[in-house]
Amino acid sequence: MENKPQFKQETLTLIQEIKKRYPEGKHKSALLPVLHLAQAEFDGWLSAPTMDLVAEVLEIEPIEVYEVASFYSMYNLKPVGKCLLEVCRTSSCWLLGAEDIVRHLEKTLGIKEGETTADGMFTIKTVECLGSCGTAPMMQCGAQFHENLTFEKVDSLLEKFKSEGKRTTYFDEVVVENY
Amino acid sequence: MGKKLLLANDHIPGIQGYEVYRKNGGYASVEKALKTMTPEAVVEEVKKSGLRGRGGAGFPTGMKWSFLAKPEGVQRYLVCNADESEPGTFKDRYLMSRIPHLLVEGMITGSFALGAKTSYIYVRGEYYYIIAILEKAIKEAYAAGWLGKNILGSGFDHDMYVQPGGGAYICGEETALLESLEGKRGNPRIKPPFPAIKGVWGCPTVVNNVETIAAVVPIVNDGGDAYAAIGIGRSTGTKLISASGHINKPGVYEIELGVPVEEFIYSDQYCGGIKNNKKLKAVVAGGSSVPILPANLILKTVNGEDRLMTYESLSDGGFASGSMLGSGGFIVMDETTSIVKNLWNFARFYHHESCGQCSPCREGTGWMEKILHKIVHGHGEMKDIELLWDLQRKIEGNTICPLGDAAAWPVASAIRHFRPEFEEYVLNGHSIKDVKHYYSVNRIQE
Ligand SMILES: Cc1cc2nc3c(=O)[nH]c(=O)nc-3n(C[C@H](O)[C@H](O)[C@H](O)COP(=O)(O)O)c2cc1C
Ligand code: SF4
Ligand code: FES
Repeated sequence: MENKPQFKQETLTLIQEIKKRYPEGKHKSALLPVLHLAQAEFDGWLSAPTMDLVAEVLEIEPIEVYEVASFYSMYNLKPVGKCLLEVCRTSSCWLLGAEDIVRHLEKTLGIKEGETTADGMFTIKTVECLGSCGTAPMMQCGAQFHENLTFEKVDSLLEKFKSEGKRTTYFDEVVVENY
Repeated sequence: MGKKLLLANDHIPGIQGYEVYRKNGGYASVEKALKTMTPEAVVEEVKKSGLRGRGGAGFPTGMKWSFLAKPEGVQRYLVCNADESEPGTFKDRYLMSRIPHLLVEGMITGSFALGAKTSYIYVRGEYYYIIAILEKAIKEAYAAGWLGKNILGSGFDHDMYVQPGGGAYICGEETALLESLEGKRGNPRIKPPFPAIKGVWGCPTVVNNVETIAAVVPIVNDGGDAYAAIGIGRSTGTKLISASGHINKPGVYEIELGVPVEEFIYSDQYCGGIKNNKKLKAVVAGGSSVPILPANLILKTVNGEDRLMTYESLSDGGFASGSMLGSGGFIVMDETTSIVKNLWNFARFYHHESCGQCSPCREGTGWMEKILHKIVHGHGEMKDIELLWDLQRKIEGNTICPLGDAAAWPVASAIRHFRPEFEEYVLNGHSIKDVKHYYSVNRIQE
C-alpha cells in the first residue's frame, strides 16, 4: 500500500500564493498549475492518491481533479520514465523526419513509442506540434526543447541524460537556443 | 527591408531584461497612455490602426474592444491567448522568449484602455520555460512601478498573472481557454454570449493573441494612423510569419503586410528558397487549419495576379482557389512531399485534439483519420475519396466551435487540388512520387 503523499512545505506555500491570483472563491483556477507542481513532485505522474491530495489542498471534489487531469495531454496518469522524451510528430517536424527520429529512439532504447525502458530511465511519447516548427525535427524533455535534431544529437542527448540520471520536469532551468 | 515594429529590437543583447528594454524606449506606451490619454482615446487609436486579431480569425481589434460590456461594479479582464498550438505557428513563442517586456507592456496599455484591473497571460503548458521568462519580466515591471497600485500616479491599478495550460490545442479557442482558466476541461462554450459580455467567471473579458497585444505598443506610441499607413487596404501594419518546412531559412519573420508570396518564399531576406534546390509543390499559408494550395495557386491568383501576404489576397478566389492568412504559420512543401500522407498527419492531429463535445467533429475527425490511414497503408478504395469529401462537408458549419471547420478545410482543399494523387494512391497502394516522402534526418546534414 502506498503511503498518503504529502506536498513539501515550500510547495504548499507556493500553492497558497497561486490561489491568490484569482478572485475570492475562484481558487479552482489553481487546478492546472497545481497539477503541474504535483506531477513534478511525485515522480512525473498523477496517481489517484496524488489527485486526491490536490483536491484536498484546493478544497474541491476529487472528481473535479480527475476530469481535468484526464482531459489534458501533459498530465500522465501512468508512471513514466525519469526522462519523458516527447517527440513532435506533426506537420513541419513530420516533413523533416520526425518519424525517423522516433524510429531511431525506438531502436536505440529497445522500446516502442509509449513504452518505458526496464531501468525506468526513458519513456518515448509522440506529441502534437510544440511550436518549434522552424527548428524541426524536435523533442521536448522536461522544460527544454531540443531542436534541429539529428541522430547524432539524439545519441549524445541520451548519453547525457543517462549519465546525469536525473528526473526531468517542466520546471527545469532552460538554455534558450538561438533560433 | 520592411519596417519592423515588434521585432525591431529583438537582437539587442540583454533586451530580455528590464534595463535594456527600458533604455530602448520600453514602456513609453504606458507612460503616454496613462499620463496623456483617456482609455477611450487608446481604443480610438487601435480602431484607427486597422489592427486585426493575429491569432487566426483576423477580427478588428478596436471593434472587439469597443464591444466590451462595462456594467457598474463588475470586474473586466484582459486575457492574452498564448496557447499557440496551431501546427506551423511559433511566432508567439519567439516574441515572448526574445522580448517578453513587449507583451507585458502591451498588456498594461491594453488593460488601461479596457479598464481591466487584472489580466492573465494563458500560456500553453509545454512552454513552461516561457512562463518563467514572463514571470521574471512581470516581477521587474512591478519593481519599476509599471504594475501594482496607482501606476505613475494615474489612479490606475493593475495586476498581471501567468496561467499555464495543460496541453490541449482546443484551449486556443477563446471560450475553451476561459473554461481552462477557470480550472475546467477545455470544452468550448456555445456563443452567444460572447466573452465581451460573459467571459471568465461570468465577467466581461477580451481575449487577444500575443502578437495583437504587442502591436498595441507601437500603435499607441506612433498613433493609429502611422500603423495604418503600413500594409495594403484592410491588411494594415506588420505581421509575424512563422516559416517552416522545406525552405532554406526557416524562422520568424516580421513582414509588412503586402509582400508578394513569391518574394517571401524565394528572397534571401525571408525563406531563402526551397531546400536542396527542389521545386515548390504546395504551401499551407496560415497554420494547418487553412486550405492547402498548390504552387501555381499560392504564387498567383486565378486571375493571374501576384498573390500577396495579406488577408484579402491570400483568400482571393474563396475556397475554390484561395486560402487564408490565418495565424501566419507558413508551411512549405517541396516536390517530394506526399499530399495524402501529409493530410493523414493533419487528420490525426484534429482527431487527437477534438474535445468530443459535438458528434460531427468527434466522429467525423475519427473517420477521416481512419480512412486516410487505410489509403496510406495501401488498402484504399476509390469510394473512400468520395467518403472523405462527404465527411468533411458534414462537419463544416455543424459544430459548436471552429475546430470542426479547421479539420474539414485541409481535407477539402487537398482533395480539390490534388485529387489525382489520392487516386494514384488508391490504384497503386502508394504514391509514385512517394518513395521517400520526407527528408531523412541524415539528408538534412548533407
Ligand atoms: C481550434 C482553435 C484554436 C485556436 N488557437 C489559437 C491560439 O493558439 N492562439 C490564438 O491566439 N488564437 C487561437 N484561436 C483563435 C481564438 O479563438 C481567438 O479568436 C483569438 O484568441 C482572438 O485573439 P485575436 O483577435 O487577437 O486574434 C483558436 C481558435 C480555434 C477555433
Ligand atoms: S467542434 Fe470539435 S473541438 Fe469544437 S466543441 Fe465541437 S467537438 Fe469540441
Ligand atoms: S510541427 Fe513540430 S513543433 Fe510544430
